[in-house]
Amino acid sequence: MSDNRLGARQVELEVLRYNPDRDETPSYQRYSVPCKNEWCMLDALNYLKDHIDPTLAYRWSCHMQVCGSCGMMINGEPKLACKAMVRDYEGVIRLEPLAHFPIERDLVSVADDFMDKLKRVKPYLIPAKPKTLEEGEYKQTPAQMQRYRRFSMCINCMLCYAACPEYGLTKSKFIGPAAITLAHRYNLDSRDGGRDERQEEIATNEGVWECTFVGACSDVCPKHVDPASALQQVKVASTVDWYLEHFMSWNKK
Amino acid sequence: METFKADVAIIGAGGAGLRAAIALAQADSKIRIALISKVYPMRSHTCAAEGGAAGVVKPDDSYEQHFHDTVGGGDWLCDQDAVEYFIHEAPKELTQLEHWGCPWNREPDGSVAVRPFGGMKIQRTWFAADKSGFHILHTLFQTTLQYPNIQRFDEYYATDLLVDDGRCQGLTAIEMKTGQMRRFQARAVIIAGGGAGRIFPFNTNGAIKTGDGMALAYRAGVPLKDMEFVQFHPTGLPNTGTLLTEACRSEGGVLLNKDNYRFLQDYGMGPETPLGKPELKTMELGPRDRVSQSIWHEIQKGRAVKTTWGDCVWLDMRHLGEKKINERLPFVRDICISYLGIDPVAEMVPIRPVAHYMMGGIHTDLNAATSIPGLFAAGECACVSINGANRLGSNSLVEILVFGHRAGLSALEYVRDQKPGNDAALASQGEAAQAKLRALFMRDVGKESIAGLRKEMTDTMGEGVGIYRTAHGLTETCNKLADLRRRYADVALHDKTNVYNTDLLSALELGSMLDCAEAVAVSGLERKESRGAHQRLDFTARDDNKYLKHSMAYYSQTERPRIEYRDVVITTSPPGVRDYSGAKK
Amino acid sequence: MSRRPYVHEISRTAWFFKRPRYMRYMAREVTCIFIGIYTIILLVGLARLSEGQAQYEGFLAALRQPLSIMFHVLALAFSLYNSFTWFNVAPKALPIQVGEQFMPDSVVSGAHYVVWILLSIFILYWAI
Ligand SMILES: Cc1cc2nc3c(=O)[nH]c(=O)nc-3n(C[C@H](O)[C@H](O)[C@H](O)COP(=O)(O)OP(=O)(O)OC[C@H]3O[C@@H](n4cnc5c(N)ncnc54)[C@H](O)[C@@H]3O)c2cc1C
Ligand code: SF4
Ligand code: FES
Repeated sequence: MSDNRLGARQVELEVLRYNPDRDETPSYQRYSVPCKNEWCMLDALNYLKDHIDPTLAYRWSCHMQVCGSCGMMINGEPKLACKAMVRDYEGVIRLEPLAHFPIERDLVSVADDFMDKLKRVKPYLIPAKPKTLEEGEYKQTPAQMQRYRRFSMCINCMLCYAACPEYGLTKSKFIGPAAITLAHRYNLDSRDGGRDERQEEIATNEGVWECTFVGACSDVCPKHVDPASALQQVKVASTVDWYLEHFMSWNKK
Repeated sequence: METFKADVAIIGAGGAGLRAAIALAQADSKIRIALISKVYPMRSHTCAAEGGAAGVVKPDDSYEQHFHDTVGGGDWLCDQDAVEYFIHEAPKELTQLEHWGCPWNREPDGSVAVRPFGGMKIQRTWFAADKSGFHILHTLFQTTLQYPNIQRFDEYYATDLLVDDGRCQGLTAIEMKTGQMRRFQARAVIIAGGGAGRIFPFNTNGAIKTGDGMALAYRAGVPLKDMEFVQFHPTGLPNTGTLLTEACRSEGGVLLNKDNYRFLQDYGMGPETPLGKPELKTMELGPRDRVSQSIWHEIQKGRAVKTTWGDCVWLDMRHLGEKKINERLPFVRDICISYLGIDPVAEMVPIRPVAHYMMGGIHTDLNAATSIPGLFAAGECACVSINGANRLGSNSLVEILVFGHRAGLSALEYVRDQKPGNDAALASQGEAAQAKLRALFMRDVGKESIAGLRKEMTDTMGEGVGIYRTAHGLTETCNKLADLRRRYADVALHDKTNVYNTDLLSALELGSMLDCAEAVAVSGLERKESRGAHQRLDFTARDDNKYLKHSMAYYSQTERPRIEYRDVVITTSPPGVRDYSGAKK
Repeated sequence: MSRRPYVHEISRTAWFFKRPRYMRYMAREVTCIFIGIYTIILLVGLARLSEGQAQYEGFLAALRQPLSIMFHVLALAFSLYNSFTWFNVAPKALPIQVGEQFMPDSVVSGAHYVVWILLSIFILYWAI
């Protein structure tokens, strides 16, 4: 087998550089990198770092689209560098850190805000009926699992935050797609009883009501989590809650 | 230097580190836990595990079976008391994860489903689609978020342990966002730093798996145990090394040589099983070491498939059909198409064995304690040892849980009666660590490049310490590594920025890798027998008289490591023959 | 020296020009302005009706102005666009699970279209 389907070419990369020790503002730097067509953008960056410029900073680890480290803007779109294939791009390719996050350095963005938001939505099982280990596992049918499974696939890559204009425009007040989706994932879990606690965080103005359903999050999500869907479901559910509470007071829990 | 005080400091927030943190937090809400990791917890390499985690749950299974599969699979180099403990804890840990929300696949009645896995005689591998490690890691991470006494230090790189008065009392770490050195003073330290697969040129491991945790303990005087045992996984993508999970074969995929012949039957794993009907513990579901070794032999015999990425064999999944592949192996299909341009539904995929897992690691006892009081270790960086000479697929995701938990409880017990340390002594050790770092930072750009040395290291590991080894190859590699360690003293940074300096981290990681690599090569040279994953062409038989022993590598700053031996614990299973033929079933 | 994270300001007025998908979103949002105006016109018509026949005739005459016809054609087009975009995303907000499978999106949005067409036929029939 030969690699005739996988040629090689010289690729021009335009990379946003920012060194807080030295630079007032970020600026672009041009590199010419010999790339194989089977390479992903991360391979190109690793080549660049090893052979051309060891000072370039970016995050990566797994090289298999699962650790969520390598999110960046590629020609203005949020992408995983290990998923974006060089062969799918033409001309000069522009690499920038994820939009809407402060830039720590070069392609590295500050993730503190995202980490705080994850914590805020209580993304852990709050058991409806606590069980001891001796009592064995909770029963959960494949259908019950299917309800939330898709929303449990999020790798926390933050691409959806970089795509979401609301997150940018509210200067990151919006809790945002991935965190709300994760909360919803637990709300949908048949083993869980913590919905009320989570709704206090997510069914709010900084939560789901900040969302105007642009839908960009689902477009860019590399794992097909479909956060936009989760958010609309939360809206529907909390609207139902509101009606139950205000018009059917006898129905209160 | 800014100092943080904690009761227990944990280095590493992968599966093992997170499990230890939760164990501590649950046992005592007053105890202060510092969880230190060079990447955000969910980036840890546990997320890459696809296949699943083994634990006895089904009525047709038994602890004895799991015990024998593990001990035999490990070619009798496992400590049987550790295996005993491990198999009994395994189902508890997996159930615990279920209680924390892990989306294990289910049977129609809602109970947990299990799948077959290589080397296991009975189906006992719990799985969450082809993302088992990912779900384990995220479930653990998310669970830690409810404990206020777990304080996370994300993107802190641990550089040195602080050992005073014969006890480990903390560590120093670089805060990556500022580039500043921080001191962590703790009454106990748990190392959960993961494996070191990056010492090989062709591996399935993430960039972070550079053996830092092993190197920390090793340099502090704890021996590294059984380092020569490196697992080569049979099915890596030939260019990137990306793992194609064993589930490809347990779902029915088969291995073929260039003549489309299922060659495993020639290597004691026959007779051939019907296409699409895999049988446990034979043919394609034989243990990893045997399957990888058979591929090596096929390649030697000239029956390999030639590709631009080297000699391969075929993994054929076409007969599974598009529907099954999409349902059971969607990620595998994705990866083949992205990185290789091959769709496994329509074409055979070339694969070759790839360095995957370190059976060896920091020597610990059953309680996850090392030889330094106050220092504990768990996970892939540790060696208790339950994996012996060859780990069975799906045992290590359980190992990180069982022994992560154990390490947490042992540390808790230990700190209860520890007096506070000597601040001045620890501070001066911290200063020394900082001075060392500053020297590296300030050094003029030297002639040795990080990428250059790294490449020479991985090349020599690939040549001398691959699937089959010889005295000649191993000696060359040992010499080369000694030379590289010497030259490493001259390595210099191009990047002199404080903030997020990845050049600096690469240099430090290279240091860790060189130390681990040398322990692997020298232990390999000294073990003059073939056992499990350590196969010598010059000593082809297993030698229980001389080598039914653990190798213990002791660090030396200037010399190659000193190797000593330690008896294997045998309780009920005397060394026997590993039989993976399907004949008697 | 130490950290100094750089914050990129986003333009509050021009951000949606940056990507086609933001433009599509804006288009969807802008179309509701027309639907809003149409609703106001309808309300005005009702008010006129309540004021007596003469006023109502005047209102109807105004509706026949070319400008008004143009507006209504536009409003119809935009409201169709608006409805299509919403129907197409409806499955996201209201997924329907049957056993282990979710109904395909086409079924959920298809149901919306069917109900819509039936209602329209019903209203048209009733009006004529
Ligand atoms: C591709 C792949 C597939 C696998 N599939 C399976 C499978 O199906 N079943 C199975 O049982 N096993 C599998 N394994 C093996 C298993 O996943 C690993 O052995 C296990 O996840 C290791 O967990 P850990 O917690 O020890 O380390 P990791 O998850 O690697 O975590 C290491 C942690 O240490 C931290 N760290 C390291 N160095 C430093 C430092 N200097 N300072 C601070 N922090 C540091 C890192 O940040 C990280 O948080 C697979 C492995 C790979 C590579
Ligand atoms: S929802 Fe998708 S895009 Fe957003 S963080 Fe999760 S995986 Fe990334
Ligand atoms: S490197 Fe892990 S997702 Fe890209």
